[in-house]
This record gives sequence, structure tokens and C-alpha cells, in this order.
Amino acid sequence: MAQETQLAPEVRSRYEAVIGLEVHVQLLTRSKIFCSCSTRFGDPPNSHVCAVCLGLPGALPVLNREAVSMAVKAALALNCAVNPQSRFARKNYFYPDLPKGYQISQYDEPLAEHGWLEIDSGEQMRRIHITRVHLEEDAGKSLHEGFADSEEKSYIDLNRAGVPLIEIVSEPDLRSPEEAYEYLTQLKTVILYLGVSDCNMEEGSLRVDANVSVRPSGAEKLGTKTEVKNLNSFRYLQKALAYEVERQIVVLEAGGGIEQETRLWDSRAQKTLGMRSKEFAHDYRYFPEPDLLPLAVPEVWREEVRRTIPELPRAKEARFESECALPKQDAKLLAASPATANFFEAAAKLSGEPKSSANWILNDLAFLLQEMGKSLEDSPVSADQLAELIVLYRDGKISSKIGKEILRTMARTGKRAADIIAEQGIEQISDSGKIVAVVRDVITANPRQAEQFRSGKTATLGWFVGQVMKATNGQANPQKVREVLEKELAPR
Amino acid sequence: MALTEKDVRYIAGLAHLELGEEEMRKFLPQLDAILGHIEKLNELDTARVEPMAQVTYPAAENPALRADAPEPGIEQSDALANAPDQGAGCFKVPSVIEKD
Repeated sequence: MAQETQLAPEVRSRYEAVIGLEVHVQLLTRSKIFCSCSTRFGDPPNSHVCAVCLGLPGALPVLNREAVSMAVKAALALNCAVNPQSRFARKNYFYPDLPKGYQISQYDEPLAEHGWLEIDSGEQMRRIHITRVHLEEDAGKSLHEGFADSEEKSYIDLNRAGVPLIEIVSEPDLRSPEEAYEYLTQLKTVILYLGVSDCNMEEGSLRVDANVSVRPSGAEKLGTKTEVKNLNSFRYLQKALAYEVERQIVVLEAGGGIEQETRLWDSRAQKTLGMRSKEFAHDYRYFPEPDLLPLAVPEVWREEVRRTIPELPRAKEARFESECALPKQDAKLLAASPATANFFEAAAKLSGEPKSSANWILNDLAFLLQEMGKSLEDSPVSADQLAELIVLYRDGKISSKIGKEILRTMARTGKRAADIIAEQGIEQISDSGKIVAVVRDVITANPRQAEQFRSGKTATLGWFVGQVMKATNGQANPQKVREVLEKELAPR
Repeated sequence: MALTEKDVRYIAGLAHLELGEEEMRKFLPQLDAILGHIEKLNELDTARVEPMAQVTYPAAENPALRADAPEPGIEQSDALANAPDQGAGCFKVPSVIEKD
């Protein structure tokens, strides 16, 4: 019962979407959560495995301290209360990429609870509550495609089995697909700032499931929810949620009921589809993991971790706005990733020109990088090189037009601004004597325009500036040129 | 307490077991007896007993933690040695994805 029909806006507006997200984040430890196998991505299949992560009989898990520290760091940054004692539990289900037949996770005593994350929902800031943050192990990877016998066989690689994950569960506080997108963006930014995950969605280190329901606008009672899986990109998330919300409204409008079920987003069909097999009725038969001690995170450890939390995106954004006098939008863009923020802060500090640094980074450099298919992280122009360029511009050694060209050359050749200027002899001409000479030549060559200016058509001044700039290959200081022209053109 | 056939079928389903009529007649009373025994244990009030209490003890920090230092595991060929089916360095299993 797929709905292709577009929902009329007046029908849509009678309903409110209620969305909660479950986000899985792979932690950047070097070894797995319960054994010493490497977590390195991209190596040959089944090359980072041992008795523990293969689920061989008799093997026992030993918890990785760093995984706990990273999870605590994330929990604290998300304003959660970290439980002094939490417990691991077995989640039982059968799937070929889960060799033990159960996943070690946390259930009724999670690592941390009761947090929140602030999101920008248009005009005002909204607090999205976080139910819990818990630690668990990842499963292996099933490859369903790409082999000659893929029709009959699935291929299993267990390198990922046992890689540490945190699951971050939000309350159903999100009211639109856009808010869900904003929440996920904000969450990802915080995690990136903390450095506990690379949040790479393509490599599966950030995975999202959504609980979606709708209810008549203003109603208290929650509608029946569906769980939407397979949301493996930011773009899909918004599309899939919009589709699912609309689908549920259509069902309700037709007098039907929502079935509580798991649905998969099919990006090719652009729909969510109910899973055909209703196999596991989600009876995971959780019970305490008898092979692991309860996890104690005493205050000393927790506070030690707290001290490693860097300035977070919201705080940075606010500081960029107040300290550097940047417009809100610019501050937000610069704080959007630790790479951008660090780049900006380095350039601003070295040049002493925060405002100018912001402009160069967000405009000229961003444009250039986009053209080259690069990001700030692999920018061919470093922050200190950009700072040098900014200082040269501030001191009037180069015009902004020349500056843009120099930046381009810097990106191409890796040379420093000062060297390029010396090599090409393109230092800005601010010397009045030289400018006066050129200005006089231009006026002599264009008596008609000069006459027009003197008879009151002052708009001609811009044209003259252009001529002088052209005559100097853009090297003349436009400000100076304007001054000299006004003097020289004045009626004698 | 009496276990029903429906309960047994459900549990068997979770364990991916298919039971014939004969087996059902055999296992139903057996399971019922086991659960009856557990029920007996449930008469004890364990509300204030920690799971794993015998091995936990107060300490400044959990002593059973491991440092985050990777060590080589076992070779791919050893990992796959007992697999009934393998290919391309992977375990091969019957297709688990729903195909149209």
C-alpha cells in the first residue's frame, strides 16, 4: 500500500510528527571493546579476529578502559548523568554476523541517562532530551552483493565484530524531519569535537534508526510508532522521515491504523518498506552478562574524563560572535566542524584579523576548495599561509583582487604569498607619485570623459578608476587611485 | 504452573528449532519440570542480592579493565579453517537478505 499521492498541505498541517532517533556511533579506540584485535578499517576480511570476537567456546570478554572513557566523555558532553555503576547485558538474536548468538550491550542499567542537546529550530533554541547513552559491541559485516553466488550466499566479515559503539537514544522530542536533521547534525558536530568518533556515515561509523509516529496537532497521546532503519546518510534521513510521516497520515486519513513494525528505507524506490518477515517479535531475552563485572565509573575517573572535554560547538559559536564580532551565520559556519574552527582560530590569531580571516575562509578559500574538490582538512593553503596573505592585504601591499589571484596561485603551487608577490612583481602600487603619473596619462588620453566629469557627471569617476586599474594591471591601490583622480579631475 | 504447547513452540521458534509432535510430547513435560524447579528457587527473596556478588568488591576503580593496545589475533586462514563454507576471505552462509 505505497502512497504516491502528495498530501494536501491543509491535511498535513492537521498532524504533528513525533520522532526519536537512535544513533550508533563507532568509537575510535585502537582495539576492540572486549578483546585486543585491531579496529582498523579497510583491511582484508577476517584479518582482525580472535577467539573472543569470533565467539569461540570458552573465550571471555575483557573490557577496554579507553572505550569506557570515550563513552563517558560523550555522555558528559551530552549533559547526561553518568551512573556510578552500570551493567552489561546479553541481547539474544540470531544473525550470521553475530557469532556468539548475542550482542553484549547494556539494558536496564545503562552507562548514562537524562541528557540533552540543544538544537536551533529556526528562531529559537530547543532542548532535545537524551534518554540514555550506553556501550555495546558492533556486529560483523554481511556482504549480500558483488559475488558470483550472491543470489544464494551471504559473505561474512567479522573484522567489525566487537568494535566499540555507543548508542545514543533521544526522547521523542523531534517534531519534524528538519528537526531530526538538525539534531543529528548537532550531535555529529559534538562527537567530532570530542574526537571519540570520526562519524563517517559511508564507513558505517555513524548509523541512525528513527522511531516515527504522527498525532493530531496539539494532541497529548502518542500515535503508534514504526521504526525506520537503513538511514545511512543525512540526505536519506530527511527524505525517509518525510516519506514515513506522510505515509502514516495517509493511512490515518483513510481511516486505517498504523501497524507497529520495522520498516526499511529503500533509497532506490524512495520509500520505506515494511520488512516482509516479521521474524523476531523483538524478544531479545536480555539478561545480565555473567562474563563481565558490573562497570564502575567512580567520580575520580568521571571528572578526569570531564577535564578532557574541549570547548563545544555552541560555546565556540557564541565566542566567535562576541569576541571576534562575527555575524551569527558566519560564527555558526566556522564552528560547524572542529577542522574549520581550528583553521579559523589559527588564521585569526596569526593575522590578528578575525573578521578578515572569517571572510577569506568562508568565501574565497571555501570557493577554491570546492573547485578543487577538497575540504579544509586537506587544504593546500595552511592557516598560517592564509594569515600571511591577510596581513599583506591589511597592510595595503596587495589589492583584494590581486589577493584572490595570489590565493589561487598559493593553492596551486604551495608557495607563500610574499614569494609569489616578489616573483610576479605584483605588489600593490600605493606610491602616490606613481599613481599620479598614471592618472594624468589616463585623463590626457580621455579628454571627453574628463570634460563630462567636470560638467557634473560624477559617475564617470568609477569608469576612470577602472581605466587606471587596467593600466596598472590591477596593482594600484583603488583607494589611492580614487583620491588622486578626484584631485586631478577637479575643475581648474 | 503449567507450560502450554504454545509456549514451547514459541521458545523453539526463538531457538530456530522445529519440533515434531513426538518431540512436543517428550519436551513439554520436561521443560515444565525444569521451570517448576526454577519456580521453587524463586521462592527465595533475592531482591537485595547483586548478580555476580561473589566476585565484586569495593575498589577505587574496576580492576578488570584492559588497556587499549591492539595485538594480533589469529590468521584469516585459521579463523576460516572450521567454516563449512568460505570464499574471498569470508565465511559463507545461506543468503540472509530478503530478495524479490
